[in-house]
Amino acid sequence: MSDEHAGLVADRLGVSRGGRLLIDGLSFELEAGQAALITGPNGSGKTSLLRVLAGLAPPAAGSVTWAATEVRRLAPESRAEIAYRGHLNGLKKDLTVRENLEFHRSLNCSEAPIEELAGTLGLAAVAGQRLRYLSAGQRRRAGLATLKLGAARLWLLDEPLTNLDIAGRRLVAQWIDEHLDTGGMAAIASHQPDQLAGGGSLSIEL
Amino acid sequence: MLDVFLTILNRDLKLAYRRWSEFANPLLFFVIVTSLFPLALSPGQALLQTIGTGVLWVGALLSSLLALEGLFRGDFDDGSMEQILLSPAPFGIVVIAKIAAHWVVSGIPLIVLVPVVALSFQLPTEALATLAAALLLATPTLSVLSAIGAALTVSLKSGGSIIGLLVLPLCSPMLIFGTRATDLAANGEPVAAPLYLLAALAVFAVSLGPLAVAAALRVGLE
Amino acid sequence: MKLPRWFHRFGSPPWVYGLAGALGPWIGGIAIVLIAAGTFGGLVLAPPDYLQGDSFRIIYIHVPSAYVSMMAYVILAVAAAIGFIWRLKLAHAAAVSIAPIGASFTFLALATGAIWGKPTWGTFWQWTDPRIMFELLLLFLYLGYMALRAAFEDRDKADRVSAILGVVGVVNVPIIHYSVIWWNSLHQGPTISRLDGPTITTDMLVPLLVMILGFTFFFFWLLLSRLQGEIVEREQATRWLRELVEESPG
Repeated sequence: MSDEHAGLVADRLGVSRGGRLLIDGLSFELEAGQAALITGPNGSGKTSLLRVLAGLAPPAAGSVTWAATEVRRLAPESRAEIAYRGHLNGLKKDLTVRENLEFHRSLNCSEAPIEELAGTLGLAAVAGQRLRYLSAGQRRRAGLATLKLGAARLWLLDEPLTNLDIAGRRLVAQWIDEHLDTGGMAAIASHQPDQLAGGGSLSIEL
Repeated sequence: MLDVFLTILNRDLKLAYRRWSEFANPLLFFVIVTSLFPLALSPGQALLQTIGTGVLWVGALLSSLLALEGLFRGDFDDGSMEQILLSPAPFGIVVIAKIAAHWVVSGIPLIVLVPVVALSFQLPTEALATLAAALLLATPTLSVLSAIGAALTVSLKSGGSIIGLLVLPLCSPMLIFGTRATDLAANGEPVAAPLYLLAALAVFAVSLGPLAVAAALRVGLE
Repeated sequence: MKLPRWFHRFGSPPWVYGLAGALGPWIGGIAIVLIAAGTFGGLVLAPPDYLQGDSFRIIYIHVPSAYVSMMAYVILAVAAAIGFIWRLKLAHAAAVSIAPIGASFTFLALATGAIWGKPTWGTFWQWTDPRIMFELLLLFLYLGYMALRAAFEDRDKADRVSAILGVVGVVNVPIIHYSVIWWNSLHQGPTISRLDGPTITTDMLVPLLVMILGFTFFFFWLLLSRLQGEIVEREQATRWLRELVEESPG
């Protein structure tokens, strides 16, 4: 059955960090329009789980498949369907906001309008400034903006609300809702699951 | 593919330009180290002329170690590397582009600077062209080997002290052929053999090295 | 690429542990017999060299150590590559076990080379000798491998990263070897080439070959016992090991 599955399938997944098994026997499936909220105390393996789902780290046991292919063996075009945003923003401090976004846009072969995106995020005024001179919240916004530059169907977000103000949080929650409404999927690790309104068709507690 | 190569190359060169001191320091280090040798040896042009080639090559090798740790460290620490790895861009091309950028900012300056410093060691002017040619052929190998060392240690908090241990023994063939070519040229003898060998090393390193670098970076990101 | 079925047994720590325990004494026994025979042949039966007298007899340690030091690096790299490609933890364990043994043989080759150098060149260390130079660089490769491993806290990562270094190293070993020989061939200055030439006779050569074989068995004996130790360390938490400890008397 899972051979036909078009979404994300975790099958008896084991996740370890530094040789210690944190998660064992986790199975779940994500389909179009579904989100999974991953909650748990510090050190319970939320980040490690997301990294395994993204294919950055190998699972200690079991498997993760995307459209019936193991995530670590995806072809580049399927690879582009998954976006992972971790604790690190993935932006260069010595490039301006605009240059950073342009880089991510060409990396993801996208044509998204950058100025408009910067405007939505309230970054229009600082688009020409190097990231080094921006606040942590502004950097976070710029980092999340890169989500909109690709055409990913699955968003893997690790504490996306960190450092964001109320308006920022609302915007991210709205993006996630829109993403799910248009058939996207998301797996989100968060300490503030209630702020991600509407999400959580699936709840994973570690 | 070319798009990815140019995008990465362009970005890395821009970043290097904005943080130029990181790449200027090793060159300064090279000049200082080579000028310490005459002080450490008893004054005498003859001796300097004899050991000059070795001093230049070893100095260049050591100075290149300084800029090497930053090759992947920045991208690793700010999360760029994981984004690049997860992007549809072919990772092997990304690695080659990053090595190429490193060669432009650390290899090319050496090709220009070393022959200039060589003049002060009384290297005959006829040998300077050979020295530059040897450096042109050796520095790509050096960049690849540096990248291997930097990639292997990228997930370590302080990889700096260990990189030299990994990279320098691998550099020995390059050092042998490079110094030999320079010495032969200084004596007015034919230099084709060591230059061909340097070229062979470069072809070998550039074609196979990126595979090892990409594998090491993947493991580092796990 | 699929591994043959029989190979999968090498993925089972208890099986390999048992195999190492069973083979160890035999290989060790063969090593002792061969080394004893080779020593007798080398020190008593072989005639003194017409040029170097009795001092040449150190080749019966120097050459086998140098041989094993190179063989060990190749086996290390092959084991590491198998471990990396097929995620076979025991292959990594073998690679880790080899490194200090290989480094020791390399050191032995260097030390005996230096001792030999004194009566031959009148100096313990001759920078222009390509064999010595190569062994020195090989020692650096071993030390680099061990240093890289030691720098990682996570054993799994250490396994995989050092495996890459091992493979890069083994690709470079022949390059380093031939470049050092090439370097020496162009060097002016007197170097006595020691093993070449017609001076080596059959009664000198046979003990040497016996010693090389003996050292090879000795290497595998050491490897098996170190591998057992490495398996115990890696499998501390497993049931089979606890049962093994409880079964054993005392």
